[in-house]
Amino acid sequence: MYTASEIEACLPIRSDMDLVWVRQHVRQAAALLGFGLVDQTKLVTAASELARNTLVHGGGGQLDVTPVTAGFGHGLRLTFSDTGPGIADLERALSDGFTSGDGLGMGLGGARRLVHEFEVESAEGSGTTVRVTSWVSRPPRAREER
Amino acid sequence: MNEAYSRPEAGQVPVLRLGDILLVTLQGDLHDSTAQQLQQDLSETIVSAGVTGVVIDISGVEIVDSFLGRVLAEIAAQASLLAARTVVAGMRPAVAITLVELGLTLPGLRTALDAQAAMALLEQPVVRSHAGGMRRERA
Amino acid sequence: MPEHEAGGPLGTPTLEVRDFLRRRREQIAQRWADEPLFRAVFTLSRDEAVEAGKAVVDALAQVADAQRVEDSDAAGFTGVREQLGRMSASRSRAGLSITQVSNELASLWPPVDKLLTSELEERPAEELRACTTALSTLMGTLRVVAVQTALSEGQALIDRQRLQLLEVATPVIRLWDGIVAVPLIGTLDSARSQVVMETLLNAVVDQHARFAILDITGVPTVDSLVAQHLMKTVAAARLMGAECVISGIRPAIAQTMVHLGLDLGSVLTRASLADALGYCLNELGVAVSGPADGSAVRR
Repeated sequence: MYTASEIEACLPIRSDMDLVWVRQHVRQAAALLGFGLVDQTKLVTAASELARNTLVHGGGGQLDVTPVTAGFGHGLRLTFSDTGPGIADLERALSDGFTSGDGLGMGLGGARRLVHEFEVESAEGSGTTVRVTSWVSRPPRAREER
Repeated sequence: MNEAYSRPEAGQVPVLRLGDILLVTLQGDLHDSTAQQLQQDLSETIVSAGVTGVVIDISGVEIVDSFLGRVLAEIAAQASLLAARTVVAGMRPAVAITLVELGLTLPGLRTALDAQAAMALLEQPVVRSHAGGMRRERA
Repeated sequence: MPEHEAGGPLGTPTLEVRDFLRRRREQIAQRWADEPLFRAVFTLSRDEAVEAGKAVVDALAQVADAQRVEDSDAAGFTGVREQLGRMSASRSRAGLSITQVSNELASLWPPVDKLLTSELEERPAEELRACTTALSTLMGTLRVVAVQTALSEGQALIDRQRLQLLEVATPVIRLWDGIVAVPLIGTLDSARSQVVMETLLNAVVDQHARFAILDITGVPTVDSLVAQHLMKTVAAARLMGAECVISGIRPAIAQTMVHLGLDLGSVLTRASLADALGYCLNELGVAVSGPADGSAVRR
């Protein structure tokens, strides 16, 4: 088992070195929670995309990592926040092929496909917060024998 | 993972020359700047060493995001302008699944199961250069 | 005894039933042991059947004591729930439908009712009716509890089997050095497609396979979601340096795909698994020749 302190973290996103720490911490947390290899990879990749957005478009910010529980399920919630210029047109930013910087335009829209839940809060001039959650997928468990 | 924590300084990507081919081995978690540096260095090396093929072995890479994906695609495009063919070798299943889900299928990029298969691919005549991932059904 | 009871303004009918059950515990259990339900389940010894019967009578008395004859969640049933579930499950395994099991449970009531009636026959008709009604309600609730338990056992079984199916339904076969195949049988849903994709791609690495064949001969229908998963698998295999061939697209499925406007244009397909294997062998440069005359068997 794991302790919450091994998973919970608040990581700064200020440089591309920080991106490496973000990826490593998310990988470790996902592994502790019992995510399978493919789901770990998806979540780490999503974290990498979103952290880079925070760095490049938001001018830096931070990532909060929290374990979440719902019913019997465990999951990991990642909250990326920055105080940058914000996103003027969310709809467009989420569509594939949209890019405001370098990259292949897969940033937000691509990351959304890699996680189970995805929320963005942003307004022009007031920064951006992206909150994503993924759940450990377990095949349906046989009920405990009574 | 510990291995990744104690990685050497940014900018250290082993590049090995084997005959006409450059073998680039990527490992662990790459800094963005390392990847960009590699992209620049490779162009110069291709010209100065006069190689005709580049093999990028990514079997040791745990994640490829859109940034690294773009770097790989651009290396291949640059090499192609310099008359060298590029093969990306050894992508892990989890990485491949994630890239596809992300929407990055990297069409046009030659791929091989591992470095050895990539070398064999590059030894074939140019006509069959689309072997690997890109072959289409022949009439 | 009867005198003492008759005078009683004491009990509600429910409590009378409770007292009756406690008094006649042994007799009821003995009679039940002869009923098909108990006989069929406890084949080894009659004593065991009697003991099981007593446990059920005790549970009924406890529920009556709590005045909850209509409540299938009554605490009194907790103790016998497992036993009832085991009995129902064993009858279902013997091939009985849930209705038949329920009927067998219903047949436990008449013997008890008969006992009760004969014991209270001197009582006013109204009191007697109230008692038999309470008993009948109680027995009905018992039936509900048993059927509930049987159904939830069934659900647990289905869950377990679903899990097993996911695991066994994706065998990867090595057809040749460098060629693996997954013959898919049955309906592909999102979860299973995911498992198929991962299994196939892992096999590509483990077996060092240049070619992977996905045979969908046994897949009854392909909707756009499944087709999307197939395309994703093909794309992921490509990124890894392997080529994925889809074989066994039946005419009906081909038609559906065209109707859905799905473009498998970039995907390599073959009519049958044999054709796909032939294609892969050819690509690997393997020549297959026939026996005597040396003519090629397959392209």
